[in-house]
Amino acid sequence: MGYTLANAAMLEDKYVTYLPSYGAEVRGGTANCTVAVSEEEIASPVASEPDFVVTMNQPSFLKFQSILQSGGLILVNSSMVNVSTARGDIEVVEVPTSELAEQLGNIRVANMVMLGAFIKVSNLVSLQLMLKNLPEILGEGKSKMIKLNREALDLGFNYLKEQT
Amino acid sequence: MKKVYTRPKSLKDAPFHYCPGCGHSIIHRLIAEVIDEMELQEKAICVPPAGCAVLAYDYIDVDMVEAPHGRGAAVATGIKRVRPENLVFSYQGDGDLAAIGTAETFHAANRGELITIFFVNNAVYGMTGGQMAPTTLLGQKTTTSPAGRNAARDGHPIKVCEVLAVLGGSAYLERVAVNQPAAIKAAKKAIARAFQHQLKKTGFSLVEILSPCPTNWKMSPVESCTWIDEVMSREFPLGVIKDSKC
Amino acid sequence: MKRLMSGNSAIGEAAVLAGCTCYFGYPITPQNELPEYLAKRLAEVPGGVFIQAESELSAINMVLGASVAGARAMTSSSSPGISLKQEGISFLAAQELPAVIVNMMRGGPGMGNISPAQSDYFQATRGGGHGDYRTIVLAPASVQELADMTARAFDLADTYRTPVMILGDGMLGQMMEPVTFPSKKKERQLAHADYVLSGAAGRPSRRIRSLILDPKEEEEHNWKLFRKYQRIEQLEVRHETFLLDDAVMAVIAYGTAARIARGAIKRLREEGLKIGMIRPISLWPFPVKIIQQTARHIHDFFVFEMSTGQMLEDVKLALEGSGYIHFYGRPGGVVPTPVELSRIISRHYHQSQKRKK
Repeated sequence: MGYTLANAAMLEDKYVTYLPSYGAEVRGGTANCTVAVSEEEIASPVASEPDFVVTMNQPSFLKFQSILQSGGLILVNSSMVNVSTARGDIEVVEVPTSELAEQLGNIRVANMVMLGAFIKVSNLVSLQLMLKNLPEILGEGKSKMIKLNREALDLGFNYLKEQT
Repeated sequence: MKKVYTRPKSLKDAPFHYCPGCGHSIIHRLIAEVIDEMELQEKAICVPPAGCAVLAYDYIDVDMVEAPHGRGAAVATGIKRVRPENLVFSYQGDGDLAAIGTAETFHAANRGELITIFFVNNAVYGMTGGQMAPTTLLGQKTTTSPAGRNAARDGHPIKVCEVLAVLGGSAYLERVAVNQPAAIKAAKKAIARAFQHQLKKTGFSLVEILSPCPTNWKMSPVESCTWIDEVMSREFPLGVIKDSKC
Repeated sequence: MKRLMSGNSAIGEAAVLAGCTCYFGYPITPQNELPEYLAKRLAEVPGGVFIQAESELSAINMVLGASVAGARAMTSSSSPGISLKQEGISFLAAQELPAVIVNMMRGGPGMGNISPAQSDYFQATRGGGHGDYRTIVLAPASVQELADMTARAFDLADTYRTPVMILGDGMLGQMMEPVTFPSKKKERQLAHADYVLSGAAGRPSRRIRSLILDPKEEEEHNWKLFRKYQRIEQLEVRHETFLLDDAVMAVIAYGTAARIARGAIKRLREEGLKIGMIRPISLWPFPVKIIQQTARHIHDFFVFEMSTGQMLEDVKLALEGSGYIHFYGRPGGVVPTPVELSRIISRHYHQSQKRKK
């Protein structure tokens, strides 16, 4: 998800850095990444106070809601996350990502559903451009999955569009 | 007057610094003779060892690069991969090859690197003063096994050829000696055979050469030669251990 | 064309475009993307050689062999693996063979961890292995710089016939940024190839050695190397300054730490604090002159490192007692955020302003 976002931002000629977690924590748990997108040169790839946090599971939600500034926005996969412990001073946007992905018949595109929703909320990159550039963004290996990924992005984006 | 023998072209006109009765001078000469006979002087690149033969470049007249102790097979690998058309060989002692350089040797053999190693086994560390080597015989006295090598404490003499023989990448492994004329003739044949394997690209080749070290064995040169026949070659039997189709 | 790439992969592509045909390495986090990239990429290069060696010791010695055979060769590792390569680096320096070594540093000592750190500054800049020698050390701070400096490292290695180290860390290796590469592959220009071993055809045999038993000869060899290092010190210093003109405090940081410091300085500038930065790009040779020049109008220097203070010593040596040095270090793989760092710098800044009054 982070890599796709970073790639899309680069194709819009924005400054971007993508910092993954690596080593023992690659999948599940609190595997995470940090993406910085800017109109000017990015000093540090380490985010002091991110504007947005996206969490796909409970441990990540508990761990990363604390790094948001007061008034910050957190997107959660409400299929997996119980938000009753959320801080009172942040905005929580719930997207039943896993369920929406299952509607498309493939739970593995949950991340793209979430990315669609994130684009709606953040306005950091254009969904139209991302959909157009998707073959380039995803690379050769994923060419068979373009249609499914487009549907997933649309589904997430439209889910929040309908909510608001 | 008929000329029956002359110094090989690939051997520099320099007196050897080795001790009386030492096998290195014979081995150097044999390698130089084979290089001449196979017309390989212009193609050869040699990696000399750390040890008495570190000065091999003073004698054998081919391109040479020194490797750190034990790393001969790795350096030779790097050279051969860049220059597959050259003849690349290393010259290593028992400590260099079978102690500190075991991993490099083992894996170069396993990859089937198209290099040749001349492994001089004299059952001691020569240059450093006669310490116990990985090939020191059980019971053999050295400066670091003064009561004789003890298997329980020091482990067993390593049979390098037999160990390498089980690896898929090794093509030619033979153990020879340089303690008497017949053995020396066989050693020369083995050296040539090893180079043939490299040139035919069949795989990794190594010739183990049992070589006398009278100084550190505390024997006379003649006693040393006899000891190879009567004692050392019982532990390290001479002959071809592996010879793939070439 | 811009490509979004990790620092590790970008080094691989840059190396190939710089004419590197040989890579030898052993897996270790956080640099694995580099060998993985080259395993694939070098297969497309004529004469390309990729070997996953049995150890770091083997890898660096394969580099030595490939280098003396006339190829552009490189290896990479992370802190513990770089310790193992030191024997070979000493031999490369002694035998005057070009090579490029990448160290993506991690927390240490010992096994340490796999988080980004700047723990190997001493090891890199003081030679690292045994003997009286130096290694050129370049410290990039972005993926683009990693790519550019890889090409430069190969050129420097050739020019001076000496090993060159690229000193990054886990963060630089892992993070992705847009990067552009030269559109054409560069051909290697080797001015003095008289060390290359190719077989003694039509010329006398060559010997490349580092064993010099005669102390007088060895001494002369050492002085010869020293004169080479002096030339490097004169010609190859690289640094960058940031907002230094009106500054009353200069932060000194390199690599990832410089990126964080830059973020912190931007924030502090918004608060009106007059802070600038000197970023050493070559760690050896160290940018002594710019620090001495800066000391003529700035009294306060703030050294920030992801270690307990290693470059700090070079700053002290450069200042020769002038100025006042503040220090903040985070060893062990901890990477502070720009906000955290800005608070520390701010405190030191205000204290020193008060002191001046």
